This record gives sequence, C-alpha cells and structure tokens, in this order.
Amino acid sequence: MCTGRVDLAFVLRAFQKGATGVIIAGCWLGECHYVTEGNYDALNMMHLCKKLLEHAGVRPERLRLEWVGASEGIRFAEVMNDFAATLRELGPLGAAEGAPRGEVASRLAALARLVPYIKLAKKEKLAQRFKSPEEYLQLYAADEVAALIRDVVSYYVEPELCQACLICLRRCPVDAIAGGKNLIHVVDQDKCIKCGTCFDVCPSRFGAVREITGAPVPPPLPEEARAVVRKAKGARRE
Amino acid sequence: MSAQSSFGDVLVLGGGISGIQAALDLATSGFKVFLVEKDPTIGGKMAQLDKTFPTNDCSMCIESPKFIECDRHPNIEILTHTEVAAVEGRAGDFEVTLIRKPRYVREDVCTGCTTCAEYCPLRVPDPFNQELSANKAVHIYFSQAVPLVPYIDERCLYLRDGKCSICEGVCKNRAIDLHQTAKKQVIKVGAIVLAPGYAPFDPRARGDYGYGTIANVVTSLDFERLLCATGPHEGEILRPSDHKHPHKIAWIHCVGSRQVLPGGHSYCSSVCCSYVQKQVILAKDHDAGTEAVIFHNDIRSYGKDFERFYERAARLPGVRFIRSYVEIGREIPETKNVTVRYATDAEGVKEEEFDLVVLGVGLSPPANVKRLAEQFGIELNAHGFCLTDPANPIQTTRPGVFASGAFQGPMDIPESVVSASGASALAGALLKARRGKLSKKRGYPAERDVTQEEARVGVFACHCGANIGRVVNVPSLVDYAKTLEHVAHAEEGLFICSTDAAEQIASTIREKGLNRVVVAACTPRTHEPLFRDTLREAGINQYFFDMANIREHCSWVHSKQKEEATEKAKDIVRMSVARSIHLEPLKESELPVNKAALVVGGGVAGMNAALGLADQGFEVHLVEKAKDLGGMARRIRTTLEGLDVQAYLQDLIRRVYQHPLVHVHHEATITDVSGYVGSFVTTVRAEGQVRTIRHGAAILATGAGEHRPTEYLYGADERVWTQLELEERLAAGDERLACARGVAMIQCVGCRQEGRDYCARVCCSQAVKNALSLKAQAPDRDVYVLYRDMRTYGFKEDYYRKAADQGVRFVRWTPAAKPEVEAATDEEGRPVLRVAVPDPVLGQRLAIDADLLILSAAAAPAAGSPEAARLFKVPVNPDGFFQEAHVKLRPVDFAADGVFMCGSGHYPKHLAEAVSQAYGAAGRAATLLSQDTVTASGSVCTVAESACIACGACVAACTYGAIHWQKTPAGDKAEVNAVLCKGDGLCCAKCPTGAIVLRHYTDEEVLNQIDAALFDSPSGAGEPAHAKQEVGP
Repeated sequence: MCTGRVDLAFVLRAFQKGATGVIIAGCWLGECHYVTEGNYDALNMMHLCKKLLEHAGVRPERLRLEWVGASEGIRFAEVMNDFAATLRELGPLGAAEGAPRGEVASRLAALARLVPYIKLAKKEKLAQRFKSPEEYLQLYAADEVAALIRDVVSYYVEPELCQACLICLRRCPVDAIAGGKNLIHVVDQDKCIKCGTCFDVCPSRFGAVREITGAPVPPPLPEEARAVVRKAKGARRE
Repeated sequence: MSAQSSFGDVLVLGGGISGIQAALDLATSGFKVFLVEKDPTIGGKMAQLDKTFPTNDCSMCIESPKFIECDRHPNIEILTHTEVAAVEGRAGDFEVTLIRKPRYVREDVCTGCTTCAEYCPLRVPDPFNQELSANKAVHIYFSQAVPLVPYIDERCLYLRDGKCSICEGVCKNRAIDLHQTAKKQVIKVGAIVLAPGYAPFDPRARGDYGYGTIANVVTSLDFERLLCATGPHEGEILRPSDHKHPHKIAWIHCVGSRQVLPGGHSYCSSVCCSYVQKQVILAKDHDAGTEAVIFHNDIRSYGKDFERFYERAARLPGVRFIRSYVEIGREIPETKNVTVRYATDAEGVKEEEFDLVVLGVGLSPPANVKRLAEQFGIELNAHGFCLTDPANPIQTTRPGVFASGAFQGPMDIPESVVSASGASALAGALLKARRGKLSKKRGYPAERDVTQEEARVGVFACHCGANIGRVVNVPSLVDYAKTLEHVAHAEEGLFICSTDAAEQIASTIREKGLNRVVVAACTPRTHEPLFRDTLREAGINQYFFDMANIREHCSWVHSKQKEEATEKAKDIVRMSVARSIHLEPLKESELPVNKAALVVGGGVAGMNAALGLADQGFEVHLVEKAKDLGGMARRIRTTLEGLDVQAYLQDLIRRVYQHPLVHVHHEATITDVSGYVGSFVTTVRAEGQVRTIRHGAAILATGAGEHRPTEYLYGADERVWTQLELEERLAAGDERLACARGVAMIQCVGCRQEGRDYCARVCCSQAVKNALSLKAQAPDRDVYVLYRDMRTYGFKEDYYRKAADQGVRFVRWTPAAKPEVEAATDEEGRPVLRVAVPDPVLGQRLAIDADLLILSAAAAPAAGSPEAARLFKVPVNPDGFFQEAHVKLRPVDFAADGVFMCGSGHYPKHLAEAVSQAYGAAGRAATLLSQDTVTASGSVCTVAESACIACGACVAACTYGAIHWQKTPAGDKAEVNAVLCKGDGLCCAKCPTGAIVLRHYTDEEVLNQIDAALFDSPSGAGEPAHAKQEVGP
C-alpha cells in the first residue's frame, strides 16, 4: 500500500470522528518503492483536502503530509513531536475553529458525502503530476473549491416523466434509486454519489432525470403514490 | 524435518545464526540439509544477547523467527545435542559419523509441557544465563528453543547417584528415558559448512581483573544476560554480590584481546567496542542515572553506522570514555565495590570505585577446535581459527568444506550471515547437479471455509520479554481486548513468536474455532510471515491476520509514559480488531522466475557475485561502465595480508571471460529497469548497442570511490598524495619515493566528521600496509602515522603491531587539534612538508618534517550507486551507501524483492570481505533463482463490476498497466490483471464509486480502523489520551 492509497474519504472521516490532526507519512518523492510514484498523488490529494477543510471551516494545519524514509527514525520522531506541538496549540477540533465540534463534524459529514462527486469533478486535476512539490501549491484555489461545492449537482427523477423502465435503477453504481416495475423511480439523495449515470442512461425520449444545480431538490414522492398506471398512450399517475 | 533418511546434500555444523542462515539458504535453494548442533537447541550465542548493535534490535526477537523457519522447513533436519565423531570421503561424497548425546528425554514423544521440570527437585546453575541463576536439572534450554524439548543436565541426581527419577514418573507421555545412551548416526552428504562459531574469552583462566574471585566483576556476556528480560533477574540489572542495582559501572575493553601475553590473543576481537557501547546505552536506558565509565584503547567503530552509535553513547550524560589501560585495585570488603586504577595524560594515575565492573571479553576460537580441524581435515591459522583462502574467506583448505561465521575469525552478526549465504553459494556450486533431487515442498492442512461464520477474533498480546511488558501493561491490555466486540479469545505471552507459542496459537485457533487472529506485538516487517504461516498450519486463510504493532509504535517510543502507552496499545488493538472483522480470505498467485541474473558493476565484488551464480548454473549478465573489468582493485597492489591483488585480478577476470554462463557488457549504461522480482527487464546501452536483458534477480555491486581531499595542501603541493596514489607509485617504483627520508600519513581525511559521519573502515589497515612497504623499502626511513583511533580490527591488529615494532611512529590527534601542514625548509635547508600536531602523550607540540604527506582519504559511495539505486527503486542511507533490508539478518538483501547488494556500495570493505559478500549475494539470489515461481501477494485490486461507471480514473492511475477495459452488457467496465497489479492502491483513491477495491486494504477495513481509532474520543474535547506524549527516537 502506498501513500497514494490514502483516500480523501479517510482523511475526512478521521476529522469527522473528532481527530485533532491527521498525518500522512510515506516515502520521499522520487524514492517510490513501487514504480508508480503514488506519493505525488498523495501530495495532490492533500492540497485539495486542505482547501476542502478550509471550506468547512477547519484549520488546514491539522492535516500534514511528511516524507519519512524507512531509515529515518529520528526524523520521524521529530516530525511527530513537531506536529503534536502544532496540534496542542490548535486544541481539539472546533477550538481553533471557533465552532462547536458537533457543528464542525456535521459540516465535514456533508463534505464527506461529496467525495465521489469531488473525485469525479476533479478527475483530471487529481491525476495531474508535476515534478516539484511547489507546483502543487497553486493547483487548487479557494474560490475554485467554493464553486465546486456551491455548484454541486443533484439528480432528480421527474415523477411525471418517469416510465419506470428500470434502466437508471439497474445502472446506478451505488443502488441509490428505488423503484421497480410499474413503480416510479426515486433517487435517494443520501445515497446518491452524483455520478450522473442515471442522467446519462435515461432514454432521451423520456428525459425523466433532471440535473439540479443551486436549487433545492424536491422532496421524494411518498411511497404510496409511486404506482404507475399505464394507459394506451403512455403512463400517468392515477 | 520428519525425514529420517541418512542421505542429504549438506551438513551444516553449528546451529548459531550463521549455521541457521546457511541451512535456510541451502534448503530453500533445493538442498537437503542436516543442521547439527552440540547444544540442546539451535540459536548459538546470538540467542544469549539482549540487543544487537547498532540498531538495538532485540536479539532473540529477530533470531527466533529463523528457528521456526528451520523447524518448519521440509529440507532441514535439525540434530541437536549432537557432535561429530568422524568424517570420511571427499567433496561430493562425505560420510559423517555423528554422536547423538543422550538428552534423557525422547524428542519424538515429548510434548514440551515441562511437567518434568516442575517436579524436578534439583536446581543447577543455568548455562543459558551464564550460571548467574539456577534452573531445574531437567529443563528447556530457553523458552524459544528448537526443538522445544527439555534435556537433563549431567548433574541430575539420578545420573550422578542413581537417586530420584521423579520426572520419569510424572511424565504422562513416558518421554523421560534416564537410561538413554549416546547413539551413533551415519549420514552421507556432498558438502560441509562449518559454523561452530566462537567461544567467549574466559578471564577465569588467568584470573584477569579478579573475575571468578571478585563477585562484582562480570563478563560482557554475563552482563547481556543481566540486561535481558529472560535473564537471571528478568531484566533488572542486579549485581551478583548483593542483588542490588549498580549505579556506577565500569567497562574494561580488550579483555583477552590485543595482547601478546601468554593466555591472551594478539588479535582484536572486532565486536567488543560496539557491544560495550550498546551495553552502556542499554544500562542508561534501564536507569538514566547510571554513571558509566568505559576504559578503552582505541574505539574501533569501523562498521556501518558504528561511528554514529559511538557518538550516541558518548553523548549520553554521565558517560565517560577514558583511554587507558587499567588494573583492578581491590574489592572493598564492606560494600563489595571494586576499585579500578587507570592513568590519563592530563591527570596521571587515579583510582576510582565502581559498583560493578564489566569485562569486554574477546572472541576465542571455538572449544575443541583442534579436534574439529583434525576430524574435518582442515588447517587452522596461527590464532586457532579456520585457515582460509586469502582471497576467499569461506574456502577452507579442504575442497567441499566451507567456513561460515566467526569460525573464520572474529566478526559481527551481519558478517556471519553474509558468509553463511556465501557458503551456501559455494556448496550450491559444488552440488548443482543434485539441486532439487532430495528436497521437498511443505504441506499444509486444507483451509476451513469460514466465510459464512460470524467473526471470532483471537487476540494474542506479546510481552516481547520486557520490550513491551516493561512499558505496556499487557494483562490489562488482554482484559480490555476481551471486552471488544467479536473477540472470542485473548491471551498474553512472554514471546508470542517462540515455537511453542506459535503452536499454541495454531491449536487455540482450532479449539476455539477462531477465524480472525490479531497479534499485538512487534512489526509485520519481520514477523508477519511467521504468523501467517501459523494460520495456514491451523487451517485458516493466512489473510485473516492482522498485526497490532505495540512495540515500535508504542512501547519503544513511549518508554517513559507507561500509562499512556497502555492506553495507546488498547487503541491500536481496538483498531486491529476492527479491521480484522472485515478481512477476507485471499488466494496468492504464482509468477514465473526468469533464471538469469544481472550484476551491476564489474569490480571484485561484481565479478565474484557473477561467478558465484554462474558456478551454480545460473546465467549472468555482468554490466560494467568502464572499458575493463576490475574496478577499484586495479589500483591496489597487495592486501595487508600479502595477497598479490593484480595476479588475483588477472585470474579472476580470466575466469569471468571463460565462464560460458557469464556475459560481460563493457562501457555499459543502464537506461531503464522495469518489471519486478522474477521478471525484470533492463535496458543496457553498451559499446554503441542497446540491449534488453530479461532477468529474475539483480545484484548491485557499484563499489566505492576515493574521496578527493580539499585540505592538508592536497592538490596545491605535489608532495601530498592519497593512500591509493601512494600505492600506485609504490608499484610503479616512483623515484620520489626512493629518496624520501621521511613520510607522514594523516588518517580520517574526509570522514568521521560533519557531513561524512562514518569511519571508512579500510584506511587504517591501508596506512599500516603502506607504512610497512615504505619501511621494507628503506628501514631507516621515518614513517609517521597520525591517527585518531587505529582501527586495525581482527587479525589486522598483528600488522599494526608489526609496524610499531619496525619503528613506524603512531601519533594520535583529536578533532579539537587537527594536524597542520605547511611547506617549510628543514635545518639542512631541504624543502619539506612540516606537519605539526600536539602529541597528547608527550603533552607538547610535535613538528614532523616529511618529504611526502600521505592522506588516508575516505572511501565514498561510487558515482554509479545513486543512479543504480534510482533505477532499481532501492534506498541508500544518509551517507549514500545501499540500505539493506535488515542491518543484522538481511545484510545483502534490499527491501525490494529480487534485488541484492555486495561490495563497497554497501559500505567500504576489504577485498576478502567484498568477496565474502559477493558470494553472500550470490547465495541469496540463488534462493530465488532456484525456484520456478515466486508467490505474488493476494493483496491485489479487483473491480465490483456493477459499481464501475467507466470513468477511467483508475486506468490512468495505474502505471503498471494492470487495468484494462472489459466489454459487458452494461457497457465497458474496468478489469484488473492480478498478475500485473502490485497492490499500491492508487486506483482506489481515485475511484469515485468505490468500485475498485484493494483487497486486504479495502475502504471498509480502513474506515473501520479509523472509526475504531477515534471511537472513545469524547465529543467536544476530542484529544486522544496519547496526544500529549513525546515521541522518543
């Protein structure tokens, strides 16, 4: 396993659960034990994560990435002691943020739900590799991250248009769409990872999946109202 | 080891670390080995040590997994309590008569339950604890012993007087046989590896320093046992006279070594300086208030990282290193304290009182060495160690008989291990036609399918002697573990890695129906393979295992905060248990092994490594950057011992060119390396052509260069040369030498200083060698050697003494007052180089007028080393030398599988040492190349097809090209080729849907671990208890 394996979701989960700080330590750049140089990916992810933490009102110093080789026990101890000193100064999560921990945690939980969306939206950038660590510093701008969160999309199946054809339901990678034969399909917004697969696969003649940005998603149809009654010329709710 | 056939391939005599390594390498590369040991268990001296320098690794902890490996190896038959009676035959066909001494306990029926020891009424001095404590007359030698069977001491009441025999009665298995007699066993082998080790110098014989009469004078080996958790006082340092804690301890160096007195040894024992420093550090660890005084005569920190280790010891508060010969004053009758008389340049003769005196005893040849030499038909050297080939220290005077370890002469553990692997290469070459004929594969019981079961976790917490137990409250950790969900069983053990503990775990798994195992102990780096193997033995998939590291991650770094460390250990165990619940059974795959090897560097080490492999039947590509083979040795005339290096080199080069399996690539540069263990692909540009070489293993032998001095007028005055330049000019008959009346040499130029903080090992011997040559040329010539510590270790000490006898003057300097050099004219008006240095002995400034000044410039990593390291993705240490996988026990392996090292690229070394290491690397590489396949980890990626949205993030992340598109009815989906996947998991971090999963490190496992880590963090004030701790190095 490589530092590049460290998922955005791992870091956010740790903070969400109340970690005072998170440190990722691994091989020096250019000394990768695999051939994949995944530590550059870790660096990339760390910078994005810091911006996300900032967006959620969490002090970015709480996250640190350090290069410590296998033969550098003394350096490891120094790094840990230094980080511990920083964290002691910041205090527990929430203290330096000026917000109750519970509130910070719920902001982080909301952010954590967006990880799949973020990964997908920033796919190209996250795959970017630079030669020097400095080049990563400017990769993600604060307003860019703010826009990313602001413009987050949601997918909603229009009950009027849905033909209960099961296509989106079957193709959803996370089984977030409820419904069935003759049952109008409904996206579970808590489960949805905003990959847009449903939007892409809904036959264009139905066009039942709507992409919603910057507006609230209508509440899901009550379960008892989901049955579809088919008439000669199509389907309509009773 | 069940085979009872008398036919084998190799006899390894001596079950110490060297014999163990030789047996393992030979057995793994396809030979049937008899491992014969005189003691009741294998382990040797290393088993008695507390820690090992310079890393202070726990000695037993790193050695005992090897015991179990030997015990479980199908090609090793361990014969303990056994001696050799006669050897007949010749190389390829030896017949060896063994005497199996009576153990009085039947190995085949004993279960190791130790009921006999419980009931035995007689206590006898315990040899394992240096007779500092008592043990029962029937007992197991030590708790990790292999075989784990008691033996009965000859002092037993029944054996002596025919009384007692209680043990016979209490043994339910009727394993006690008090009438057992010595049995003869004849075995047939093709080769013999002699690894009888050494005997610690016994100061009792001459009554040195009152040992044997003054209670509080102990040897260093006694002190090892005192330090050790399994020692006489469970790791409490208590002195013999009153079992009180000594607060002021003296160490005396060179006991039995470096002396020409009768009963002593003229050579330097090579290891004592560093082991004394280790003992000082450990004594200070036990009690920071301990006052330590070390009386020495040169600190010989000539090995890799020894200099830093010395500095670490010297920097400790309350530690004084005093350069002085000493004698014992007296034992103070009331306190039993001991006084030591010594003399310093500044203060003259002084007498100081100590609570305890530790004698740094040297290494003597093994007991009964003459008889051993006669039996095996080999010759001994003047010191009573094995006489070996001057260019190959593994080769004895008899073909087919090889020397391994300290039987060659005093050496430390890594060198013993290197020579063991080297002996395996040489024996492997002799017997290459027999490889695989007698060997067997290991069998395991069928795996139980537990996928439908509830998770039942077993937690096994290790005290690791005192390594963990002294800091972490292990019983409370076990109690805590029992409260965790899914934990069906939890227990503690002194050493979980011992043979009986491992067997115990296996039976507990079976009896309690465990389907997950968490071992809370040390690092998976060294011990995971052992425990995984235990799971296989117990019939469950080996991936149902997780290791909670409560030693390196906890007790070692928080040794001062016991309570917080215990809390942290609980956190770590809770995390492991949380992860283990989600572990899945995995299958491993077999990857083919290309039987060729690539050797980088055509110097002495590289050429010998190439021959070492080719002689065993493996094809070798030897890559050399220069036009000619030979490397650094081309500049060396002779060795200190008198080997004609150029003649040797000519012969070596001829053998390389003539060997049909060695392909030499001259003027070659490696431009690219890809692949992995078993199938590397290396692109080499040589003599204008680009070639692609496929090979299964690689050996890096890029060597070292000579540091170019920037001081002492080097480069500015043409009368200032380096030692290598002197040597070349001696060989060429340079006339400036003929007329030089005075020659001065300065040691440690460019090393043992800021920026190059290591001892370059070879320069002291080089200076002595060249000084002797200068004296031989003109006996009246003045030769001065300005040194800091003369590090002529081992048998090289004799030449240092010879040089002094021949009038070479040795003048010591310290970094505080370095020699100064200026061009001047002497009284006769001749132009000279004036070297001024304060002489600490005479207490005045000495001015030496020399015609030539020779600088002992440090050996530094060769220019090619960093490049080779980069290409093969292997690390170098802060000094630029190759970093081995484990300093002590894997000294020629890189952490990356399939890549090995030898020669001065690892650390500066003498020619014979480089040869030994070259064969060592060849022996290690052969353990790989002799296999048809290597096992690839089951921890690879897999795709949950329905969750894949074909975004391609994983495909872009994988530089191995292990992920491709697969057409399915639901569109393209990513698919992983498990053979190409290396399990780095980059793809997983990129996948938005979690469709791609790195097995054994799944999101679920990791997230559960994170949740468990922060589980009891109180809301609102979430700082874990251990966050306030300082981390120590």
